[in-house]
This record gives sequence, structure tokens and C-alpha cells, in this order.
Amino acid sequence: MFEQIVFYSFAAMLVFSASMVVSMRNPVHAALFLILAFFTSAALWLLLQAEFLAIVLVLVYVGAVMVLFLFVVMMLDINVTVIREGFARHLPVGIGVAIMMLLSMGLIVGSKQFQLVQPEDLNKFDPQFSNTQELGLALYTDYLYPFEIAGAILLVAIIAAISLTMRKPRTHKTPKPEKQVSVRSQDRVRIVKMESEK
Amino acid sequence: MIESIYEMIRSYLLQPAAHFLVPATFESEALYTLEVLVKIAAILIPVLVVVAYITYAERKVIGFIQGRIGPNRVGFFGFSLWGLGQPIADAVKLIFKEIIVPSGANKFLFVIAPILSLAPSLAAWAVIPFSENLVLADINAGLLYILALTSLAVYGVIIAGWASNSKYAFLGAMRSAAQIVAYEIAMGFALVGVLIAAGSLNLGNIVMAQDGSIFHWFWLPLFPLFLVYFISGVAETNRAPFDVAEGESEIVAGFHVEYGGMAFSIFFMAEYANMIMIAVLTSIMFCGGWLSPFQGIPLIGEPSLFWLLLKISFFMFLFLWFRATFPRYRYDQIMRLGWKVFIPITIVWLVVAAVLVVADVPPWFN
Repeated sequence: MFEQIVFYSFAAMLVFSASMVVSMRNPVHAALFLILAFFTSAALWLLLQAEFLAIVLVLVYVGAVMVLFLFVVMMLDINVTVIREGFARHLPVGIGVAIMMLLSMGLIVGSKQFQLVQPEDLNKFDPQFSNTQELGLALYTDYLYPFEIAGAILLVAIIAAISLTMRKPRTHKTPKPEKQVSVRSQDRVRIVKMESEK
Repeated sequence: MIESIYEMIRSYLLQPAAHFLVPATFESEALYTLEVLVKIAAILIPVLVVVAYITYAERKVIGFIQGRIGPNRVGFFGFSLWGLGQPIADAVKLIFKEIIVPSGANKFLFVIAPILSLAPSLAAWAVIPFSENLVLADINAGLLYILALTSLAVYGVIIAGWASNSKYAFLGAMRSAAQIVAYEIAMGFALVGVLIAAGSLNLGNIVMAQDGSIFHWFWLPLFPLFLVYFISGVAETNRAPFDVAEGESEIVAGFHVEYGGMAFSIFFMAEYANMIMIAVLTSIMFCGGWLSPFQGIPLIGEPSLFWLLLKISFFMFLFLWFRATFPRYRYDQIMRLGWKVFIPITIVWLVVAAVLVVADVPPWFN
């Protein structure tokens, strides 16, 4: 009963904030609503007793990804009216993509891998059960190769992103701390002894 | 002692309240809610009092370091009492000031930003263990929860800078956001080192893994991570010498330049609450929490809350000492220190810590 009230209020908030993300005029407000959407979905995951995933969602997406996102969005001068042009023209394509997404999500959630744990199985674990430990055991034993491949792909993406910023040869001057530290007063200042004027 | 006081409150206040005020079907739920509320108050009221008085301590300590007296006028009932009434006078002044919203500012975000910066640092207290049994929420993913909440503190700063509709505030927010994101990575890696050494995400278990003596605490096997964590903590709270977010000489007061009255003082409280949080976390992760440094010796070797308070006070004093001692870092030097010095150190020491754990190196891991 109580759990259902919590679920429906968070679900309603999630749907509301997700629709605000795509309908807000101000991109900063849209990004803030996306943060709210992440928070509410983390709350829903907590209800499913997936505390590790819920906290990691907040830590990674809200704490790191969205900070950078907000950072960029605040500095860009995005003209919303230009982006909004051709909303009606692109609508059929958009609806098509949305249906495809919905279908593929349905297929994935309905697949055999997602039916391993039934909702009633959740209640048989005691409160001290640590799903962090279970996830770690599963990831580093049964799913070690997929996990490492995912890690390698992420590493490639990081290197690619960094190398994209270094396409141009470096023209600007950068301070060299080791040189700055090793400077002595004799290199910079020359004290000249002079006869005093009368 | 604290347990017996709590038992008295529970049996003479909470149980009658739940019994007489709520229908019998909800009595146990109401009692549970009341218990949690009392525990939250028991944690947060001392925290807020300490936040008020750490401002006084800061002015006094920095005054003594610089050969001044510090605040010494405002007292109680005509006695000056070394200026002990100063924080209360400041609070009363700030409460009665008007909150001015700049023209063109986003009113909702402008008001909510200080709350967003204070709330995470107060919410993180939920999982802090004060002794073996004194903890509000003894959850398995405690360390993860702390990491998630401390990563949220940056939103208050960014939103305040953006919603103020002011160039100086926005510049301060951008500086601060870049700095917090950079140092958060080093802090996270340092805590991963603690996690490897303790083998648990539960903060109580992390403290118990350091059981033994002062040389069993994690500051010794994880010494570089300990230094990186505390220095990153200073940077994360935007304290001197990393306080370019405020940078009075260039950008007036940074992200909170447009704030006045209570809205400003909530930012101020958030800064000090974050400082206390970093001091508490450093004590728990690296300095044995409530364990005694003289473990094994009778009487002073007993684990107790007072050891934790002593350690917290020491790290709080370091914050004040740093502010009185070091000149402000230049911005590019801050970024260099975060990305090119701290993060490589933590990554190397993670490998070392893993080797120490796997090889069962005594006296820490066996």
C-alpha cells in the first residue's frame, strides 16, 4: 500500500519531468528537469531493492555527466526557435523512431535474461543482503569478458575524445611549472651599485 | 550514556506520543517515524551549532595566528565572555536582512540554489557511524551513498551562478564547477583505495577493519591517498588556498555575489557543513573513526565517541590553519595539481593497495 503510493508518485514525477525535458523552452531548465528525471528513476530502482544501481545512477549521471552537460549548456547561446523550426515536418520521422525504440525496449525487457528474477523472489533476501557484492561477483566471474570488452571500448572512446581536442598543433604558450619553480632571484634582478647623486 | 538518554526519551516521550496521538493501527509506524526524527535532530542540531561556532573559532584562530585578538565584544548579559555571542549576533543580523533578487534573475532557481548546496552535506550524516552502535542508517552501500551525495554539492554553486544573472557570479560558478569536478575524481579514487583495503562499503566495517592501534589505521598503508583525500577535500569545499571560486580580488565574491541575508548565510553554512563532513570522513576512512590511538592501554585505550570528536576537531583546525597560512593558488596551478598530480598518484597507489591486500602484508592485511 505505502510502497504503491511511493511508486506512483515517483513514477508520475518521472513522466512529468521527462516530458518537461523535451518541452521546456530554456535548455538549462530542460537539463535541470533531466536531473530530476534521473533522481526519480533512482528512487524507483531503490524500491526494486537495487540500491547499488540507484546510487550509481545518481553518482555517475547526476554527479558527473549532468554537471558537464549543464556546464556546456549554460555557456552555449542556444536559439530555441531555430531548433523548433520544422517540428511538424519531422514529426512522422520522430514518431517512427519513438515506436522503434518502444518496440526494442519491449523486446529487451521481455527477453529471457530479464525474467530470471521474479518480483516475489525479491522478498526472500534479508535486509543485510548486499547486492553490491553479488553484482561484483557476477561481473568478475560469469561476465568477465563482456565486462572487459566494455571497459576497452570506453577506454578507446576516452582516448578518441582527448585526441579530438589535440588536432591542431599547440600554438599558445603554456607555463612550465618546473621552470617557474627553479627560477632564482639572480636570473631576474640585477642589483647595480651606483654613486649617490649630490 | 547516549544510548541510555535515548532510551529515556523513547520510553517517556515517543511511546506515549505515538500511543495517544495516532490510531492504534498505525502506532508502530508512527513510533518508528518519531524515533528516526529524534535521531535526525540529535545529529543535525549539534552539527548546526558547530557550524555556527566554527565561524567564531575560525576568526579567533586566524586572529591569534596573525597576532590579533579576533572577536571579543559580543557576549551574554553584559559579560563579554571572549566574544562567544558573536555567531548568534551574526545569525540574528543575517536573518533580519532582506533577500534581494536581482532583476532578470530566475527567482525559483535563485532561491533553491542555497538549499541545494546545504542539503547534500546534511543528508550525508545519515550513514556516519559515531560508534559501533550509534548510526542512523547502517546501510551496506554507505561509502557509495557518501560519494553520490558529495558529488551533488556542485549544483548549488552552478545554479546560483547561473540564476543570479550576473557576470561575476557566473564566472565564479564556472571556476568552481571545473575545480569541484576535477578534485572529485581524485577523492573518489582515494576512497576506492579505502574500499580495497577494508573490503567493505559499510562505514562501520571500514572503521572496524582499522582495529588494532594507531599504526593499523589506513593512513599508514594508504598514506598518499590520505594526503590526496584531505587536500582534495579542501579544494572540494572551495576553501583557502583553493578558493578561486570566491576570488575577492578578481570576481568580488564569486557565485554568491548577488546573495544577501539568509540566502547568503545558507551558502556560508553549507561551506562549513561541508568542511565538517570532510573532517568526519577523513577521520573515519583513514584515522580509525571512534577507535582510540592508544588501543590496548586500559582506560585511554577504550573506543569512544570522544576520539572521533577529537579527530574531527584536529582536521577542522587544519582547515583554519591552511587558510591562515597559504596564499591562494593560481587557477591553472589548481587544475594542474588536480589532474596531473593527484589523479596519477591515486591510480598508482590503488595498484599498490591491491598488491598489499592480495599479498596479506602484515600488520594491516592478514
